[in-house]
Amino acid sequence: MTEKVSIIKNRAGIHARPAALIVQTAAKFKSKIFLQKGEDRINAKSIMGIITLGAGYESEIKIIADGEDETEAVETLDKLIQNRFEEE
Amino acid sequence: MTDKSFTVLDLLDLDLKEHDDLDLHCLCGRKGLGRVISSPDINRPGLALTGFYENFAYQRIQLIGRGESAYIKLLSAEGRTFGMENIFSFPVPCFIFSNGETPTGLFVENANKADCPVLLTSLSSSELSARLLRVLSNIFAPKTTVHGVLVDVYGIGILLVGESGVGKSETALELIERGHRLVADDVVEIRCVSGNILMGSGANKVIGHHMEIRGLGIINIAHLFGVGAIRDKKQVQLVCALEEWDSEKLYDRIGTDEKTMDILGVNTPQLEIPVKPGRNIPIIIETAAMNERLKKMGYHSAKEFNQNILRWLESEAARTVYFGREYVL
Repeated sequence: MTEKVSIIKNRAGIHARPAALIVQTAAKFKSKIFLQKGEDRINAKSIMGIITLGAGYESEIKIIADGEDETEAVETLDKLIQNRFEEE
Repeated sequence: MTDKSFTVLDLLDLDLKEHDDLDLHCLCGRKGLGRVISSPDINRPGLALTGFYENFAYQRIQLIGRGESAYIKLLSAEGRTFGMENIFSFPVPCFIFSNGETPTGLFVENANKADCPVLLTSLSSSELSARLLRVLSNIFAPKTTVHGVLVDVYGIGILLVGESGVGKSETALELIERGHRLVADDVVEIRCVSGNILMGSGANKVIGHHMEIRGLGIINIAHLFGVGAIRDKKQVQLVCALEEWDSEKLYDRIGTDEKTMDILGVNTPQLEIPVKPGRNIPIIIETAAMNERLKKMGYHSAKEFNQNILRWLESEAARTVYFGREYVL
């Protein structure tokens, strides 16, 4: 199991488009991937789940992956968040 | 609400209707609206008002009814401020005046000084305590979120779970199309109320009753199918686990051994439904719902079937004995 805390850097937070990007990225990996904000943990392969998190600007998101390609999955998702979902 | 605590402001913001309406208004002490309510219990602070603070349950909501209110009026009229000032030295979440009673000027003054919210309601004390207890016990109930879809099929709350991409949302969509109701898609929040009832609802009102369908994107079920196709909450009574058909795995062919899934300590009946092209999952789910209703009514198809077979085999055996004797004669 690999975990990493990432901070949302784009102003708008995770709205529909970033959520779709996360889902598409997460779906490429075989590991089970979760995003956690506070106590809420959801499946990173579910778009509605990610939107439900309500992750606004500068909120902390913990990326958790478990499986054969977990390290790569966490790194890729973290990079996506750090790149502000290619926004702005 | 697990990530942040429940505050007095949250209590005021609760959108409750009809028999749950608390009819609360904030009179003063607004600065203290961020105070945390940590317990679903209510306290009547009669003794504390008189100045007796032993075992004073200050962490609870303090309910002031006609009696306490009359006592506060008496204290104020006589200028005895001792009890009132002291009670505000405790970190009380809030005071609620019931029966439409209003606090005296002195009480308000002290509350403002201590930044302690004072709320008013027109409900009677007993009615308010009953409603508060009901509302708060729901809020403080253990809860969990499940990745799945909750649908109401023939009155049975069915939770569809399974890996992403197995077709949960598509199955739910077909069920809605066939006249059943969607409760929540993707993220289902389940609370365990009154010990053993699992109440499922959407996790977020803003995005509730939307579904994501591969190839279509996000759709609004309430607008597409009408309000008849949705409901806000429903008891989870059956779990249907959808999974890719595994030819190596043995699936239940008779239905007499019942599997359950543990959700918040409540054992919920669970069916494992293998998915493969050509299998009409919505019809299977509909049938499962009807079968579950039959079971609740006391008729268990699989067990009854087996009983009939046993009875038939027995009578066949008896006949052989009978015919056997006749043959001898």
